[in-house]
Amino acid sequence: MKPINECRMRFPSLSANEAYARSVVSAFAVQCDPTVNELNDLRTAVSEAVTNCIVHAYRDTIGEIQLHMRLFEGGRVVVRIRDRGCGIEDIAKAREPLFTTGGEERSGLGFSVMESFTDKLRVTSRPGSGTTVTLEKHIHGRSEAGETV
Amino acid sequence: MDTAQNRLVIALSGDIDHHKASRLRQEIDATVEAKRPEILELDFHNVTFMDSSGIGLIMGRYRLVTGWNGRLYVTHVPPQIQKLMQLAGLGTLPIFEAPGKEGM
Repeated sequence: MKPINECRMRFPSLSANEAYARSVVSAFAVQCDPTVNELNDLRTAVSEAVTNCIVHAYRDTIGEIQLHMRLFEGGRVVVRIRDRGCGIEDIAKAREPLFTTGGEERSGLGFSVMESFTDKLRVTSRPGSGTTVTLEKHIHGRSEAGETV
Repeated sequence: MDTAQNRLVIALSGDIDHHKASRLRQEIDATVEAKRPEILELDFHNVTFMDSSGIGLIMGRYRLVTGWNGRLYVTHVPPQIQKLMQLAGLGTLPIFEAPGKEGM
């Protein structure tokens, strides 16, 4: 199925780019006329994924993060966040709520947030090669939500 | 920040993400550890965004304050951030003031 719109971005794993990635995804999703909640759900999920790249994938280094956004018919937004970092040994374990390899100030909730705030989450990884997180959010939009412009 | 009856109120603002959390933690702890208040209130009124990095921040401050038998309150939380806090299980902690007062 071909997307009706898409955008690819690449940026280094600097923590300043967490906000940048959120802005980019928000800007892309605007064409669906999302509700405030839909937009916030999507950008929070993307913020988690990008943060994982920065905190975990490229822990002691700076690497490239690829953000690929696609819009399909019916308001389905698919965002793919890809890195070439250290990868995840045990994806099931990583997705367990509260599990973290990141130390005391990390909550271990990144994947839980992604899962709750989106309609579909897929994680693939190869240790030593990198990780790909694919999020899907169905934007129903403000008119469907009964919100006025 | 304002202190009364050994209650320290810290008004947070802007986005709370991983990028901001580290510096925020240092700034908060510098004041909190110096004053050791009985009550630490984190006011979320002007917070525009938060992800799970903010949950870590709250939990760390909770551990800090309860370390000297103090209490932590989280107040004026915007709805979307309430959603995140509930997901994180913060609702089980005594950090939201009773209904009828400020808070959730």
